[in-house]
Parts: sequence; C-alpha cells; structure tokens
Amino acid sequence: MTKDECKQVVLDIIADIAPDEDLTNVKPDVRLRDQLQLDSMDFLDIVMELRKRHGIEVPEADYQQLASLDSSAEYLTPKFIALGK
Amino acid sequence: MPSSSARIVITGVGLTAPNGDSLAEFRRNLLTGVAGIGRMEIRYMGPQLAGICRYDALRHQKKKEVRVGTRAGSISIYCAREALADSGVAWEAVPKDRVGIYVGITEHGNVETENEIYNISKFGYDTKFWSHYHNPRTVANNPAGEASLNLGVTGPAYTIGAACAAGNMGLIHAAQMLRLGEVDFAICGGVSESIHTFGIFAGFKSQNALATHDDPAKASRPFDLARNGIVISEGGCLYTVERLEDAQRRGAKIYAEIAGWHVNSDASDYVLPNPARQAECIRSALTRAHLSARDIHIVNTHATATPLGDIQECEAIRAVFGEGCPDTAINNTKSFIGHCMGAAGALELAGNLPSFDDLTVHPTINVDHLDPQCALPGLVLNQPRQLARVDTILNNSFGMLGINSTLIVRRFVP
Repeated sequence: MTKDECKQVVLDIIADIAPDEDLTNVKPDVRLRDQLQLDSMDFLDIVMELRKRHGIEVPEADYQQLASLDSSAEYLTPKFIALGK
Repeated sequence: MPSSSARIVITGVGLTAPNGDSLAEFRRNLLTGVAGIGRMEIRYMGPQLAGICRYDALRHQKKKEVRVGTRAGSISIYCAREALADSGVAWEAVPKDRVGIYVGITEHGNVETENEIYNISKFGYDTKFWSHYHNPRTVANNPAGEASLNLGVTGPAYTIGAACAAGNMGLIHAAQMLRLGEVDFAICGGVSESIHTFGIFAGFKSQNALATHDDPAKASRPFDLARNGIVISEGGCLYTVERLEDAQRRGAKIYAEIAGWHVNSDASDYVLPNPARQAECIRSALTRAHLSARDIHIVNTHATATPLGDIQECEAIRAVFGEGCPDTAINNTKSFIGHCMGAAGALELAGNLPSFDDLTVHPTINVDHLDPQCALPGLVLNQPRQLARVDTILNNSFGMLGINSTLIVRRFVP
C-alpha cells in the first residue's frame, strides 16, 4: 500500500461517515477538522471503520495521528504494510 | 401566568403513516379505502406483514443526521418540521427555551440494540466492534432529543413511555405543561420505529397475536370475525399545541380544542386489557370535558384486531355509550395502517380531525363478517359515513401493562 492509497482509504471512510461533505478538494496537509464538519464521534467512526474494514487498531494515544490525510498516511501506511496489504 | 383551565388548541399537524406522509394524503386514503400494509424482510424471520412509511427523511435532515440517528428520531424530526410548517408559526421568532417537545413511545432502543448485537455477531461477538453511538441512540429520550437538536429547541424535550397509549399521552402531557406555564409552545404526539426490531414481531408471534393474511391490504381487520392479530407498523404524528390566547394572537388556524382526557391503569394483567378500567378511563375523560356520552360524535377505537382485545374494548365502549347514543359513530384507523404503536393514538386522532370540516367519518375497513361480539351500534363499516354534525371526537389508546388513555377534542368555537 502506498501513502496515496492509504489516503484514499481514509477518504473512503470519511465519505461514508460524513456523507454531506464535499471531499473533492480536501487538502492533505490541513487538519481534517479545520476543513470538514467532523466531530469527536466521527473520529471514533474512522477508528472503528479502520478496525472493521482493515483490521487496523488505532490506540487512543495515537488518535492525533489521524488529524490530517498526510499524518494519517504516515501513521497508517506501515500498519497496512505490516498486515501484508 | 396561565391558569389550570386555560384553553388548549391544536394548530398544526405533521405526520407520516404507512398510507400517507401528510394529513391531506392520509385523510384522502382513509376516505377512499386505501390501506398501507406491505411485507418486509425481518431479521431471522423472513417476510412479515408491516406498515412501512415512505417519507423523505432528507427533506429535513442531513445524510449524516440520518446515519448517526435513529429511525424514531428521524420520524420525530420529519413530523415536527411538517407540523411547524403547517402551523404557520414564525418559527425563527419563537423563543426556543419556551418550547416543549413531548413524544410518546411504546418502546425505544430495541432496534439499535438488536442491530449492534447483529453487528458484533459478524466479529465473533467481540464488543470492541460495538458502536460508540449505541448509548445516544438508545437512551429513552432519543426520539425527542434528536428533534430538539434538529430544531434548536432548548426547552424540555423528552419522551413518554406508555406502551400503545403513548400517542395520546404526548398530547395530554403537552396540554398539562401549557396549563402549568412550563412552556408556551408544544410539539407533541407519538412515534414508532417498531418494524425495525425483530423482537416485537417475534414477541407477538409467540403470543399468537401477529396477524397473517395472503393480502397485506386485508391483514389488519379489527372487529372482523376472522381477525387473527396485529399488523406492526411504524409511523409518527406530532402536533403543535398552544394556549388559545397565543394561537389567536398570531392568527393561527385551529384544528381543534383539547376538551378533556384521562389516563389510568388496569392493575390487573401484563397484556390482557381490562374493560372496566377502560370504561372508567372513558367516563373520566368525559367528566373532565363536561360532556356526556351522547355528546360524542366520533369514537376512534384502539382495537388492534386481536381476538380478545377487540371484544374487551367493545365491552368498555358498550358500557359507556350503550344504546343511548344515536349520534355517535365508531371507527378504527388500524384497519388501514396497522398498529403504529407509540404513534397510534396521535395518528388515529389526526385521521379523524378533518371530520370537523367535511362531516365525514372514515370507516373501519376489512370487515367482511362482523364479529357479533363487536357489533357496536354506530360502527362505520367499510364505507365512509356522512354525519349531520361533528363537534366532538373521542380517541382511545390502550397499552400493555394496562395503561389506558382517552383524549377528547372538540370543534373550536371561540
């Protein structure tokens, strides 16, 4: 899995949990909460969907790693690779 | 400060029923014999008869609200928004801390709990897959709370759990709170999402109280000799209710005045109704309304089409109305829409409100062979009936654990 593919994984999840949002111009280096209507429950959704869809665990201490698409990719890509994806 | 005898009026109606998503559509179908029962797939059980609503949730909710919230919450929001629009109130100017939302429910949380258990069953029952939305979805105030969020209402917003008497209870509670001066404007009635829980289907089936019929439109048939149980439905009906002086000040259209009510309990059985307590409930509502039985022009029955329950309600009605009420017509709305549970009382009242204008009583349909034990004088069977006058409507709603509610509304006369 590349970092770009990883960003798409996160975007696909956000598309489902925030279906009213326009995701065509999400800036990868900007905090997701600063450009989308996402609250703390939505971030728990992202964590849950990573668990359900991809078997990836994000401990609470690491939630801040999901702040932007870039930071998500940095954090998640090695986890996907470790799972052989 | 409002008085304990302040006159309370209904000024708006918002509803979704299995056969209509507005009062006009609902009423039209009640007068033309159009039922709203179909079949839907129920988890673990296969296709079951059910009354399914088809309102457009996205008319008043964002997609995310629908995803995060519950079906009951969505129904509440739809009905509340439609009622507000119908009321003509200048909503933006209404002080939201003086608005109360009172939503009757039969039950809440079964749908969401079943869904979560099913969800974790796909993950070896590992509870780390249990949704963080479970608690806000299942708290008992959810259907009212979601409406408060959507509407920005900061006054009291809660549900009233009263089994299938709950729809009436929403209205009754609103009238009480308006008279107490707790709020100045109320959104009230009842909702149900019950068709989305297999448990209620399985429970009624185990009780031998779930209707069966080859033709869904004929399945709900109170008072028919061959009736064999309840058709479970979803739905909602919320009203805007105000003190008369407030409604008149803003020039509101007034559907009806709440004339009287009563709520009591059987204290005799978990599920079997008690005709003596039901009759007491009806009589006490008449007393509060300063009316006698012969003054009532329409009685809308609660009858759910269970073999025994219908007979027992008829016994209660016979005890109060007897043979001495030649001007009293009796009907039943569940024959069209099934049993909408917490919404039943509120929806069934709404279906009859237009009678004040058109002097027509919608019938009880699907009565091919009237059960002699249900042969009440005044029953309006299969075809609408025109009356000389309609000034009063009495609405019965009864529920499990023996809760009874009767609500009487009258034609508004200044």
